Amino acid sequence: MALAKTKAMALFGLGGTLIDVEADISSNLPNFILVGLPDASLSEATARVRAACANSGLALPGRRITVNLSPASVPKRGSSFDLAISMAVLAASGAVGVESVEEWLHIGELALDGTLRGVHGVLPSLLAAKELGWLKFIVPADNLAEAAAVQGITFQAFDHLTQVAAFHGSTVERVSPREQEMLVKEAVGSSPCYSDVFGQSEVIDAMVVAATGGHHILMLGSPGSGKTMIAERLPSILPELTPTQAIETAAVESLSGIHGSISSLPPFRAPHHNSSASSLIGGGLSIPRPGLISLAHNGVLFLDEAPEFQQPALEALRQPLESGEVFISRAAGVARFPARFQLVMAANPCPCGFAWDPAKNCRCVEPAKSRYLHRLSGPLLDRIDISLKVNNVPKALQKERGPKSSDLRERVIAARQVGSSRLAKTPWQLNAQVPGAYLRRHWRPGAAVLASLDGALERGTISMRGYDRCLRLAYTLADLDGSEVPRASHIARAMFLRGAELG
Amino acid sequence: MTKPTRRHVLGIYGERLAADYLISIGYEVIERNWRCSFGEIDLIARDKDRWVFVEVKTRNAAGFGEPLEAITEEKLARLRKLVGEWCRLRQVAGVQVRIDAVSVLVNQGHVKLEHLKQIF
Repeated sequence: MALAKTKAMALFGLGGTLIDVEADISSNLPNFILVGLPDASLSEATARVRAACANSGLALPGRRITVNLSPASVPKRGSSFDLAISMAVLAASGAVGVESVEEWLHIGELALDGTLRGVHGVLPSLLAAKELGWLKFIVPADNLAEAAAVQGITFQAFDHLTQVAAFHGSTVERVSPREQEMLVKEAVGSSPCYSDVFGQSEVIDAMVVAATGGHHILMLGSPGSGKTMIAERLPSILPELTPTQAIETAAVESLSGIHGSISSLPPFRAPHHNSSASSLIGGGLSIPRPGLISLAHNGVLFLDEAPEFQQPALEALRQPLESGEVFISRAAGVARFPARFQLVMAANPCPCGFAWDPAKNCRCVEPAKSRYLHRLSGPLLDRIDISLKVNNVPKALQKERGPKSSDLRERVIAARQVGSSRLAKTPWQLNAQVPGAYLRRHWRPGAAVLASLDGALERGTISMRGYDRCLRLAYTLADLDGSEVPRASHIARAMFLRGAELG
Repeated sequence: MTKPTRRHVLGIYGERLAADYLISIGYEVIERNWRCSFGEIDLIARDKDRWVFVEVKTRNAAGFGEPLEAITEEKLARLRKLVGEWCRLRQVAGVQVRIDAVSVLVNQGHVKLEHLKQIF
């Protein structure tokens, strides 16, 4: 038979299109033609496929080979089509079974010696194809962990072209598989723990509140007070990701070329303050690519030295903070990436950092000081529920170890359990996501409890927004205490955690 | 003429084999190794009412690829020009022409011959 076809996947963002890869061998001068809107890297597939086949003992016929990628209108790029192209051509030449090849979707890049190399985006490809009803896949062994994470599909993983050919009925001599080193991600216990932090029990308590309600948090303090250490340890007290969440996060990672196993530890991303808006939000030249906020999906985004970030980068965070997703428009189209992350920001009180340090002299002039924190704009701070001062640890407390992260995590899980029955009736999963209007209408604790808050509002010491945030925090604090409704003490503590309004 | 080299000998051998093959399938060979200032046409034959211009490629073992791979786009373009030139000089007009390729692969005494029709 001189005609054969198989399936491949063209990814766009996290979605994709099933691609028919058709190969025809015609009686004409030897040539290898690839049509159907391939980009430069995909056009090079012909060279890789020809060499890989020849070096695997599966020489292609000396005829004109035409490969068509259909639908031709969908842009296709990258090297992940190599395997599908080679299998379609080999089937057309009669070296492997035509029917067998047609049943499977092939993903993988070929080395010139026929080795099957791992590619980016295997996990989202499989998920998208499954969505479209395709269930049988052949993937590179390098991407085994990603394929294994997808429920309800059939897959085969190989590391050499000859193994795939033999699977499809070729009699070629198989190159034996490499030893698979199973990547074992470090267990949760080995990640940094709050017991490494000395004498900051108050701040760690606030982190527990933040973890429970999913509240965004801002820490202000002098250099060396432990802000970074405390932030880095937030994932260690967050509940483990559910399998669905872990796969969502891993799909974005796969797209960015981070291979490995699917981890249940929430991701922690700490971009440098020099990062551009597109590196945070997502970008790409003509094809949308996920940014760091999407890599932090279901985890923590930590902005150390937050005021040092470029203004556009900070402002760009506002919309995804609200919606939990981000749409990236590029020439090739618009892609949606998930971006539900918990924001943790750390900042010094002034450019030199020592404004609140009793032992050191701050050398900043007053306008410089106020300008510094003003770089965090009102709308951004609006989304921060907790803002607190982190002081240097006094000598007396320097020996006091923090609590164990595993214990704190249990508290967080228990508190979320308390709140879950209340949230079950709403579209939200965490207290921090509940909008103020809903909060005030449906979750109003008694007037007696709210007295202090109402008083503060009347006096003008807090704004309406501040009011909502306090109420939201009070519910989280109540959850932590195991009580259904906040009490006056919870409101008071919420007012403290909300912190003074900046500027 | 200078003494033929090994390559020439192989080429002449291949062309003879190709001609014999074409005759065996009922073609009438009209000219061999027709030359003009642009180059050479290996074989010119007639397949019923069609004029067939044949490029013959002979190789010794396939270590460096199929013989037919040596026929490049450039070579094809030259062949087309040669066909026009031949028709002009022989005053052949209003006929159907075709360019074919024959590959002869000699490998340790075994000979493999392939004939591709209408190679554009």
